[in-house]
Amino acid sequence: MARQTPLFKLHQELGARMVDFGGWDMPVQYSSQIGEHHAVRRAAGVFDVSHMGVLDLRGTRVRGFLQRLLANDVAKLKLPGKALYSCMLNEQGGVLDDLIVYYLTDSWYRMVVNAGTRDKDLAWIREQARTFAVEVTERTDLAMLAVQGPEARGKAAQLLPAAEGAAALTLDSFVGRELGRWFVARTGYTGEEGFEIMMPAADAVAAWRSLNSLGVASCGLGARDTLRLEAGMNLYGNDMDERTHPFESGLGWTVALAPSERDFLGRAALEPVVRAGSQRKLVGLLLEERGVLRAHQKVRAAPAGEGEITSGTYSPTLERSIALARVPATTAARVQVEVRGKLLNARVVKPPFVRAGQSLI
Amino acid sequence: MSNVPADLKYTKSHEWVRALGDGSVEIGITDHAQHALGDLVFVEVPDAGRTVKAGEPCAVVESVKAASDVYAPIAGEITAGNPKLAAEPEVVNADPYGQGWLMRLKPATGAIAAAGLLSAADYQKVLDSEGG
Repeated sequence: MARQTPLFKLHQELGARMVDFGGWDMPVQYSSQIGEHHAVRRAAGVFDVSHMGVLDLRGTRVRGFLQRLLANDVAKLKLPGKALYSCMLNEQGGVLDDLIVYYLTDSWYRMVVNAGTRDKDLAWIREQARTFAVEVTERTDLAMLAVQGPEARGKAAQLLPAAEGAAALTLDSFVGRELGRWFVARTGYTGEEGFEIMMPAADAVAAWRSLNSLGVASCGLGARDTLRLEAGMNLYGNDMDERTHPFESGLGWTVALAPSERDFLGRAALEPVVRAGSQRKLVGLLLEERGVLRAHQKVRAAPAGEGEITSGTYSPTLERSIALARVPATTAARVQVEVRGKLLNARVVKPPFVRAGQSLI
Repeated sequence: MSNVPADLKYTKSHEWVRALGDGSVEIGITDHAQHALGDLVFVEVPDAGRTVKAGEPCAVVESVKAASDVYAPIAGEITAGNPKLAAEPEVVNADPYGQGWLMRLKPATGAIAAAGLLSAADYQKVLDSEGG
């Protein structure tokens, strides 16, 4: 039996097509996936992301714990509310999950993890936390809405009392803050401006309806996927997993190797990779012909060798197909992709493909 | 509810077939199929002159989400692929039984009788049994 978010009944009422995603019954689209995509690029859309795991970590040694647990360094977080994107690695340097962690106080951090990995993450984190006496609480009492698009912050702020709405609009990028009963963060997964808002589950349906009445479109996981891929953002389980390390997943920038004495989980396995250079890399592909790139299609990158598409789709903004692909490190500017028995030409590009409504290609 | 015109024939794999009067047939995908696929972004149709067997994959329709083969409902020779769809695949979503036709085909001798096509009422039963 798939799990349901506090918005499940509303999704059904709104006519959403539901699919299983990481063990959750989630809306993939309401009317048109492409229409929902454009709504976010041009105005505003709202996504139910309550299936993601929200973990509160409390204890006097919580900073030291996170410096051990995460490949990025929470010491970078100087101001309360500031967020950090990081991989959580196993001892082999493989990616257990990618996540966001907020620094709230010296004894309280909040972490947001992927839906499909949340049970596994929780077990791993609790095991690692024992020696640090850090208390880990899963906040199943919260719903989370992502409101994204150039008009998103202005619309979402109208849901809050005046003073709190004004405070939300002063949040810096990648900062979250408790405003009344809600935790509002200026973060997202679309390449647009917006908020991710955690709120008591009982508030979620009314908040969604209010956003709709302000002209914010209901958007499903289908549009979320095309938006994140245009924005060049990885999807856990597609673009990286436990068998791949950050340096072959386009995530080397998130691994904090300095200071050298910080002994984070996975560090020992990554150091030889850093010294020798990764054998493979994650690149963006832009299809130069008609067709659609899809995950697992083979990439021919002669003379460097072969690779594989990890995520591929049709880009509604660029009106052509784009992909992320793991290829040999020496891959040059052009490759061919095997698409349904044919070899199609693609150009190697540096993601992102689209940011803030504009093509970067 | 899907639209199932009474004057067409159907397959269990959600193609429709229209008799054109000159002995040839026009083929497309049903309203149910286009709706299940979602927004189409790429359509590949066969070239005229190609000979196909019944059940042979002969066209591809791809939405943002997924790629799907279209099967020849009847054996015969392709007389045309819809030239409009390369630039405007969304026409299949908007008008699946009209401007969104995929191909025209001249059936081989006896091929129509051998194809086992469904009436509109029988196709509706297929949809009902799929929960569509």
